[in-house]
Amino acid sequence: MGEFVVTLLTGLSSAAALFLVASGLSIIFGVTRIVNFAHGSFYMLGAYIGVSAVHAVGGGAIGFWIAILIAAAAVGLIGVAMEVLLLRRIYRAPELFQLIATFGVILVIQDITLWIWGSEDLVGPRAPGFTGAVTILGQRLPEYDLVLIAVSPLVLAGLWLLFNRTRWGTLVRAATLDRQMVSALGVNQRWLFTGVLFLGSALAGLGGAIQLPKGGADLLMDFNIIAAAFVVVVVGGMGSIGGAFLAAMLIGLLQTFGIQIFPNSTLILMFLVMAVVLIFRPWGLLGQPEIPGHGVVEAPEAPLRPADRGLRIVGAAVLAVLLLLPVAHLIVPSLVGDFSLVLVIEIMIFVLFAAALHFIMGPGGMVSFGHAAFFGGGAYAAALLVKFAEAPMEIAFWAAPAGAALLAILFGWFCVRLTGVYFAMLTLAFAQIAWSIVFQWGEVTGGDDGILGTWPSDWASSRIAYYYMTVGFVVAGLLALRRILFAPFGYTLRAGRDSPLRAAAIGIDLKRHQWVAFTISGAFAGLAGALFVYSKGSVFPTAMEIARSFDALLMVLLGGVHSLTGPIVGATALTWLNDLFSELSYWRFLLGATIIGLVLLLPNGLVGLGETGFGRRLGAAPDREVPA
Amino acid sequence: MKVKYVLTAGVALGVLSGALASSAPALAADEIKIGDINSYTRLPAHTIPYRRGATLAVEEINKAGGVLGKKLVLVSRDDQGKPGEAVKVAEQLRSRDKVALISGSLFSHIGLALASWAKQRKALYLAAEPLADALVWAKGNNYTFRLRPSTYMQAAMLAAEAAKRKGAKRWATIAPNYAYGKDAVAAFQKVLKKLRPDVTFVGSQWPGLFKIDAGAEVQALAALKPDAIYNVTFGSDLAKFVREGRTRGLFKGKLIVGLLTGEPEYIDPLKGEAPVGWLVTGYPWQDIDTPEHKKFLVAYQARWNDYPRIGSIVGYNTMLAIQAMLKKAGSTDTDKMVAAMKGLSFDAPTGPITFRAVDHQSTMGAYVGWTVLKDGKGTMERWQYLDGAKYLPSVEETRKLRKQ
Repeated sequence: MGEFVVTLLTGLSSAAALFLVASGLSIIFGVTRIVNFAHGSFYMLGAYIGVSAVHAVGGGAIGFWIAILIAAAAVGLIGVAMEVLLLRRIYRAPELFQLIATFGVILVIQDITLWIWGSEDLVGPRAPGFTGAVTILGQRLPEYDLVLIAVSPLVLAGLWLLFNRTRWGTLVRAATLDRQMVSALGVNQRWLFTGVLFLGSALAGLGGAIQLPKGGADLLMDFNIIAAAFVVVVVGGMGSIGGAFLAAMLIGLLQTFGIQIFPNSTLILMFLVMAVVLIFRPWGLLGQPEIPGHGVVEAPEAPLRPADRGLRIVGAAVLAVLLLLPVAHLIVPSLVGDFSLVLVIEIMIFVLFAAALHFIMGPGGMVSFGHAAFFGGGAYAAALLVKFAEAPMEIAFWAAPAGAALLAILFGWFCVRLTGVYFAMLTLAFAQIAWSIVFQWGEVTGGDDGILGTWPSDWASSRIAYYYMTVGFVVAGLLALRRILFAPFGYTLRAGRDSPLRAAAIGIDLKRHQWVAFTISGAFAGLAGALFVYSKGSVFPTAMEIARSFDALLMVLLGGVHSLTGPIVGATALTWLNDLFSELSYWRFLLGATIIGLVLLLPNGLVGLGETGFGRRLGAAPDREVPA
Repeated sequence: MKVKYVLTAGVALGVLSGALASSAPALAADEIKIGDINSYTRLPAHTIPYRRGATLAVEEINKAGGVLGKKLVLVSRDDQGKPGEAVKVAEQLRSRDKVALISGSLFSHIGLALASWAKQRKALYLAAEPLADALVWAKGNNYTFRLRPSTYMQAAMLAAEAAKRKGAKRWATIAPNYAYGKDAVAAFQKVLKKLRPDVTFVGSQWPGLFKIDAGAEVQALAALKPDAIYNVTFGSDLAKFVREGRTRGLFKGKLIVGLLTGEPEYIDPLKGEAPVGWLVTGYPWQDIDTPEHKKFLVAYQARWNDYPRIGSIVGYNTMLAIQAMLKKAGSTDTDKMVAAMKGLSFDAPTGPITFRAVDHQSTMGAYVGWTVLKDGKGTMERWQYLDGAKYLPSVEETRKLRKQ
C-alpha cells in the first residue's frame, strides 16, 4: 500500500515540469497558431538562468523562490524578443513557415547557452527547507515532490483566473476560438500575441527552473523535453490548458507505474498513448475540432503550372552539370575532388527525401512531422534483407521503397483521418513508435548499434558509378513525382487541399486519395533511404529519429512549400550550408542565424527570391493578407 | 526577365560550385595528417578534453622532431552526433585532406559506422573512446583498432571486485536503454554469475538515455528489494539518480557498483553530492603518482590551465599509439600501418599498452576503487590500476567471438 501511494505521488510530481512546459506551448499555439519548436530551448534557458539566479540572489528560504521567478520572467522576455524581432515580421508568410524561424532560434540558443554556461552539466541547487524526505506509510518521499505536486494545480488555477476573470484573458480565449472575429472587432492582435508569447515562454522557463532541485541544467534538455511537451499538448487537446493538465498527470502516472511493470517501455510508452488518443479522440481529450475556415488564415494558392521554357532550360543546365561533374573530376581532380562527388550524392539523397515530403505537404496539404519513419524504414528494410538473407544490392535496394510504402499504407490508414496539426502529431507519434521498435529490438535490428556492411555491389561500388546511380534515381524520382502532380490524381489532391468540402461534394473520396498520396510519398522517401544506406554502408536508428524528420521539414519550408522546385532548392541549400559551416566550431549559431536571416528576407522560401517574376513562375504564392 | 533566369541559374550552379570549391588543399610533403572525428558539439563536456589531450600529445611529439622526420597534424572535425555525418566527414578527410588515418569518436554507433566505412575503403581507423564490444568482436574488421578498455573489460573488472563481497546476493541493475547499457549489464551479469553462482539478478530498470524519470526508477528499484545495485547511468541521468536515490534512502546498507561513475566527466558535476562508498571505475588523476603520469599531468595543466579528464588521457594515449605505430610501420601506407598496429606496444602515462593482434583491442586498463568525498568533491580512494589484458577473453575465445 505504502509503495503504491508513494509511486502515485512520485508520478504526480514528475508531471509538474511537463505540465508547465506543455501549458505554455498550448497557449502559444492556441492563439498564434505557431508550432513553437523553440519551446524546449526556453525550458533549458529557464534551468540555466535559474541556476545563475540562485547563485546571484543567494539560495536562502526566500531567495530561492525569487530566483525561480526571475528565471521565469527572464525567459518570458526572451520569448517577447523572439516575437517582436522575428515572428511579428513573418505572420504574413505561409502557415508553418514560422516553424523554421523557431528552428533557427533553437540552434542559436544551443550555441549561446554553451558559450555562456560551458559544457559541463550543472547540478541544480536544492530548495531550502525541502531537502529531506517525508515518510508515508513506511516509504520515503522527497519533500520537494510535495511542492511540485502542489505547483501544478496552483498554476492551473492561476491560469484559469487569468483567462476567465480578466479582460486580457477573455480576449485570448476569443482569439483562440476565432482570430478573425477578434481582429474584426478592433482588438490589436500584436499586443495580444506579444503577451501570449511572454506568458507561454515564462511558463516554459518556470518549468525549467522549478525542476532544478530534482535535476539540473544540461545542454540536451531542449530536445529531450520538446517531444514530451508536444505529446502532452496533443493528448490534452491543442489550446486546452485543462487538457494539458490532465494529459501531463496521465502521462506522469503511466510512466511511473509503467516502468515498474515494463522496465523496457520507457521509450515507447508516451507515444503509444498519443497514438491511441488521437485515433479515438482526434482532437485530444479536452480539445475541440477546428471550425473550418476560422482558425487559420490562408489565401488559396496560385495553381501549379507546368514548367515553361525558362525553367526547362535551367533544369537541363543543372542536369548537364550533374552529369558532367565526374568527367570534370577525372580531368581536373585538383579542382573537382573526390569529396565533391560525395557531397553531391548526399545533396541528391536529401533532395529526393524533401521532394517526397513536399509531395504530401505542398500539393497534398498534409504536413508530416514524422517522415523519417519512411526514410529510415526504407533504409532498414534494405539493410535487414542484407543482414538476414545476404541479399545483393540489386534486390535489397528495392525492398526500401516497397517496405516504406507498406509502412506508409499502415500509418496512413490512421493518419489521413485527421487534419492539420493533429495529422502532423499522429505522424510524429507513429515515427517515434517505429523508431522505438528499431531502437529496442536489438536481436533483429541491432538496436542502436545498427546494421553494418550495406555496401553497393561491385559494379556500383566505385564512387563515380554510385554517383551516376544516385543522380539517375533522384532525377527519375523527381520527374515521377512531378508527373503524378500534373495527372488527374494530382489535381484531385490539390482540390482536396483547397476545399475538402467542395471536393467531397463533387464525389471525390478524398481520404482515399490522401492515403494513396501518403503511400507514394512514403515510397519515394524510402527510395531516398535506400540511396542513403548504400552510400553510408551502415544504418542506425538515427536515420529515423525526430531530428531527421525535422531536417526534411526544414528543407521543404526553407525552399518554399508552394513551389515544386522549393524542396529541391531547400534541400540543396541546407545540406550544403550544413557542410560549409560544420567545420567551424560554432556552426549551429551560424546555421541558425542564417536560417533566421533567410526567413526574414524571403518569407516565401528561397524560391520566393524572384518574387514578382521568376518566383511566381516557379509557383511561389503571392503575398497574403496580414492577419491583423 | 532574362536577368532573373540567369540569376536563379547562377544560384543553383553556385551551390554546385560550392561543392567543387571544397576541393583539396595542397598536401605538404613534410607532414602526416591525422583525421580526428568526434562529437564536439553533441557532447562537448566529454570530447573537448579528448581533443586537448590529443593536441598536447601532438605538440609534444612535434617538439621532439615529429615522426619519420615529418610533423604530425591533427585535423579535428565534428560529427554532430550522427553516424551518417561521421562517414561523410571521414570521406572528406581522406579524399580532400589526405589524412593517413582516422581516429577518435565517442559514441558507439558512430564508432561502428566508421569501422564499417574503414573496412569498405580500406582505411585505418583507430577508435579512441567508443566502448561497444561489437567494435572489435562481433563486427570487428582488419582495419579497425580500439584503445579504450571496452564495456566488457570494465564490467568484468567491477564484477571481479563485486564478487568478493559475500553479502551481496540479490542484485538489481539500472542502465540507459540502449546498446551500451544493455552490453554493460549483460557483461556484468555474465562475469559475476561465473564467479558467484549463488547470486541472483532480481530485476533491471531501463530509463531512456538522458531522459531518466529518477523518482519512478528509484521507486521501482526499491520495490525489487535488492541488496546490491549495479548502475550504468551517467551524465545528467546519474545526477538525478543519485539525488533521488539518496533522498529516498535507496542506497542505505546496499553495495552500489557504478560503471564509469568515478570518471571526472561524471563525478565532478555532482560536486558535494557525489556518491560515497560506491565501487566504480574511474580516473583518480590527482593521486596517480607514477613519474610518467606526473609528467603528463604537469604538462596538461600547464598547457590548458585545467585538469585532465578520462577523455584527456585517452586522447593523449591515442596520439602516442599513432606515433609508435608510424615509427614501427616506417610509412603511411595503410597495409603497413595495419600490420604495425597488430601487436603494437608502447608506454603511456597509465602504463604499458599493447594492441592485441587477435582482436585489435588495446590492453589499456582502468582504475577501480571506492568513491569518497574529499574537500567537497567526489573522487576515488583505495583504488588500483587493473591491467586490461587480464580481463580480456583468451585468444581462442576471442577468435570465436570475432567469427561472424
